[in-house]
Amino acid sequence: MLAHLLAGALAPAFVRAWGARAFLALAVAPAAAFVWALVHAREAIEGTRIERMSWVPALGIDLTFTLGTLQWALTLVVAGIGALVLIYCAWYFGDDEPGLGALSGTLTAFAGAMLGLVWADNLLVLYVFWELTTVFSYLLIGHDPTKRSARSAGMQALIVTTFGGLAMLVGILLLRAETGTYSVLTLLAEPPSATTTVSVAVVLLLLGAVTKSALVPFHFWLPGAMAAPTPVSAYLHAAAMVKAGVFLVALLAPALAGIPGWREITLPLGVLTMLLGGWRALRQYDLKLLLAYGTVSQLGFLLTLVGIGTRSAALAGLAMVLAHALFKASLFLVVGVVDHQTGTRDLRKLSGLRRSMPVTAVAALLAGLSMAGLPPVLGFVGKESAYAAMLDVAQGGDGTGLPVFAGWLLLVGVVAGSALTVAYTARFLWGAFADKPDVEPTEVRPFGAGLAGAPVLLAGLGFVLAFLGTPMTAALEPYSTQFPLGAHDSYLALWHGLEPALALSAVSVVVGLLLFRFREGFASFQASVSPTASAERGYQASVRALDRLAVEVTGFTQRGSVGIYLAVILMVVVVLPGSALVARTSWSGTLVWWDTPFQLVLAVVTVVAAVLTARSRRRLRAIILLGVTGYVTAGLFMLHGAPDLAVTQVLVETVTIVIFVLVLRRLPEHFTDRPLARSRYWRMGIAVLVAASFAGFLLVAAGARVADPVSIGFPEAAVGFGGGKNIVNVTLVDIRAWDTFGEVAVLVVAATGVASLLFIDTRSAGIRRVHEIPYPENVQKVPTSAGRRVWLPGPRTLAPDRRSIIFEVVTRLIFHTVMLVSLYLLFAGHNNPGGGFAAGMVAGLALMVRYLAGGRYELDEAAPVDAGVVLGIGLFVAAASALAPMAFGGAVLQSAVIDLAVPVLGDIKLVTALFFDIGVFLIVFGLMLDLLRSLGAGIDRHIRREERELTETRSIPGAIT
Amino acid sequence: MTVDLTLLLTAATMVGVGTYMLLERSLTRVLIGLVMLSNGINLGFLVASGPAGDPPLLSRYDAATISDPLPQAFVLTAIVITLGTVSFILAMAYRSWQLTGADDVQDDVEDASIRRLAAADEASEGFDLGESRSPDDEDDEIPEELGRERETR
Repeated sequence: MLAHLLAGALAPAFVRAWGARAFLALAVAPAAAFVWALVHAREAIEGTRIERMSWVPALGIDLTFTLGTLQWALTLVVAGIGALVLIYCAWYFGDDEPGLGALSGTLTAFAGAMLGLVWADNLLVLYVFWELTTVFSYLLIGHDPTKRSARSAGMQALIVTTFGGLAMLVGILLLRAETGTYSVLTLLAEPPSATTTVSVAVVLLLLGAVTKSALVPFHFWLPGAMAAPTPVSAYLHAAAMVKAGVFLVALLAPALAGIPGWREITLPLGVLTMLLGGWRALRQYDLKLLLAYGTVSQLGFLLTLVGIGTRSAALAGLAMVLAHALFKASLFLVVGVVDHQTGTRDLRKLSGLRRSMPVTAVAALLAGLSMAGLPPVLGFVGKESAYAAMLDVAQGGDGTGLPVFAGWLLLVGVVAGSALTVAYTARFLWGAFADKPDVEPTEVRPFGAGLAGAPVLLAGLGFVLAFLGTPMTAALEPYSTQFPLGAHDSYLALWHGLEPALALSAVSVVVGLLLFRFREGFASFQASVSPTASAERGYQASVRALDRLAVEVTGFTQRGSVGIYLAVILMVVVVLPGSALVARTSWSGTLVWWDTPFQLVLAVVTVVAAVLTARSRRRLRAIILLGVTGYVTAGLFMLHGAPDLAVTQVLVETVTIVIFVLVLRRLPEHFTDRPLARSRYWRMGIAVLVAASFAGFLLVAAGARVADPVSIGFPEAAVGFGGGKNIVNVTLVDIRAWDTFGEVAVLVVAATGVASLLFIDTRSAGIRRVHEIPYPENVQKVPTSAGRRVWLPGPRTLAPDRRSIIFEVVTRLIFHTVMLVSLYLLFAGHNNPGGGFAAGMVAGLALMVRYLAGGRYELDEAAPVDAGVVLGIGLFVAAASALAPMAFGGAVLQSAVIDLAVPVLGDIKLVTALFFDIGVFLIVFGLMLDLLRSLGAGIDRHIRREERELTETRSIPGAIT
Repeated sequence: MTVDLTLLLTAATMVGVGTYMLLERSLTRVLIGLVMLSNGINLGFLVASGPAGDPPLLSRYDAATISDPLPQAFVLTAIVITLGTVSFILAMAYRSWQLTGADDVQDDVEDASIRRLAAADEASEGFDLGESRSPDDEDDEIPEELGRERETR
């Protein structure tokens, strides 16, 4: 199996190297499996070969592969026919066939998946392979993506079989819930008792089998699947995929056939499918479609047989599975030959092939006899046994408990189905090979043994096996003996003697031939009763209804307006948790007006500024008022006893205002003017409700604060483990450092996002130093003294009217001090207010001052590095310091305190968490640098470009400005 | 537990104004609303974190009188994250202005087209994949493409 998947993966390479001949190499894989199965025949028949591997023990999933009689027979079918089909492909396809690599790979992998399905013991593993075959078959049916019919047929097959597969999965899980096992072997050993749950599980499992094996009402996908290339059809629709359903039923029948629901589904659906398929097959003119409906019919028959659950029916069913695989694959390959050599499959256009391709015709005849159930071929042997088994059921139930009328109905249905089978077989053979008086003999291109070999071999095998009834009985009996002893001891043979079954065979053959003889009359009868409704139309209607529903739902929920989405989210906040507030009655807290009266002053300022912000129509004013609320918030933090927060808030507020202003210089001065819409009052209403709910949440949360907080141990931990006295900082870099790490990672992403929005392609347009920049127009360099360099050289790149001498002087004065403060904050943060965040902000502000004083080249001068590099190094330092303790046997992010004796400074206590803080510092600094480069220098550049374009248009004479 | 009413009402006001501005169309105002909302919520953290106290600095104050440090660590993180978010949305507003000349949030065009389909009771554009001309429906004629499969080679 692994070899198949491997071969499948390598297939495209093979095809590139050897063209269509690569199929020969690929055929080795299934051929090997076939030989392997033959070698292990004795083992499989006498006992069950089991190979077990553990896969997901927690879910009870293990890779157990079993090889019992049923599996052995199916392996021979799947692998043998797989090998022959692959060999056939080598002659069928030309080297220039588009998509041949994918096709060959998928086909080989499909064979592997099918083998896995057959061998799997664990039902979940079986399900995995089951769905693999579904997916592969989808790829195979939709082989030619340029054809609409192929695409839609593939999609249809995928939807239908996946639907059944999912139902089956639920069935498997239910069965497990009831019996406690996924193992088929265990299920067979201890059949579950008939409870309602098991019945439901059985119905769901059968739904999977019924969709996969294309039974009514899901039969329509199979003829549609004929869009696949013919060899693929031969394999999928004769040997493999559709047999999966039959296999599943046959596998579980010994354990579950007695459960209510099993026979009620398999038998009526089987017989109905047999009749419907035969009926439809008689109306086809395309040989391939005729065979496809024939397959539908046969699958119904097979499922009926293996679903009955008596010993003789099981034996007959298994024999029929073999026979069907042989004759149907053979016939499909014959159609492939005919199509390949004549260019048509329309039986009205074909004539005289009996003489022009005699060998193929004989093979088709043998296979056709088998399909029709005529001696002396395997199909006859199987059908004879099937009749005998069903007679037993009809006469006395044969242990199934079926009422007599049901048994007879079953028998009559199957005989009628067989008559239709005989009729469409005759139609097929006549249509493909007969001389038709009013049709010109079809021209046939000569072909070699490669194409004809596989169908001839398969048909011949069906002929030979017919005479090997006794050894076949011996080989297949271990499967059927799982069922209780029946009314008669059954065996497979060409000649059972003059029994009622023979009479039934004769009846069906005679009726079938009569139907064929009077085909014109019967066809017009069929046309007159042809139903207008079909399962396919039902499928289409339901798919369309589903799509319509999706459109309606999407149209209703996806309004496309962010405002509406937000409003919905906020209303949910108000309605759901808010209504819980109303229901809450007891509250155990005390209210005070304020902690300090000064708070009230700040609060009034905040509220006034907030309301003014909302009313402001000018951007700049709104920003400044926002800043006011921000700074006042910092004051409130301070009064509450949170200096770290206050420091950070002030810094962030400053940065926020500056970057706002940097961007707003480009945006219009006023907000877009909108008339006072009614929606405004809606927004106000929502805002008031949200604010009220929020206040309520806070009250409840504060009132519920009765237990000791988590942080009660923090002071001790901060000093003991973190080696710091500023608890907030220690919390950030030690106790809850994982959070901080995640947060700085978000900062890196945000910075990168900003840069990519501004620069679109790369982070920055390169860093240019001041000495590379020419002086602006009308500015002359006035040398002072030679060799003297100016600190803060950037401003000279600015136009004179943009420079501010005072600002430059102030910058010269404070820059270094600010940087020192930043360093102080970084190192002092562990014991006093400060830390990496604040330090990074302060350093960033220092940069900002230089940028504002000296323009974008001064920024490059101050920090001639790419912001991305700084961010990257910062993240690396933080990660490395988090992981470093592991090298010394500690836990991730563990801190250690190192005492250093430095000669001048005295003893320094170095906490390793400082390195983490340095990482944070670098990231915040990088963020600031990135913001300045993007929103500052980047926008500068955009402005410059626009100005230049403007002047250029002006300078072109006659240009329209 | 004591609740500081001034702080509570200030926080609620900021949240209310923030929400009001968040629901507007101009990205700049949305952004201002977002900042205001964040500040209000940060204040709310303090309200819910118990009474005011001394700064949590053990070098100067006693562990018994300090305010709860854990919510402060949360809020510190939140403040910095807000800066990241604000700068990102600001860049978006700028880009939106560059592309469309306004920083207003536009309604989604695709969603509008789906709404049109829904109003007209039509199926979606991708629906034709599920639709097929079935062999079932054509008893008298081989589907063109099926019959031609080999000829295309």
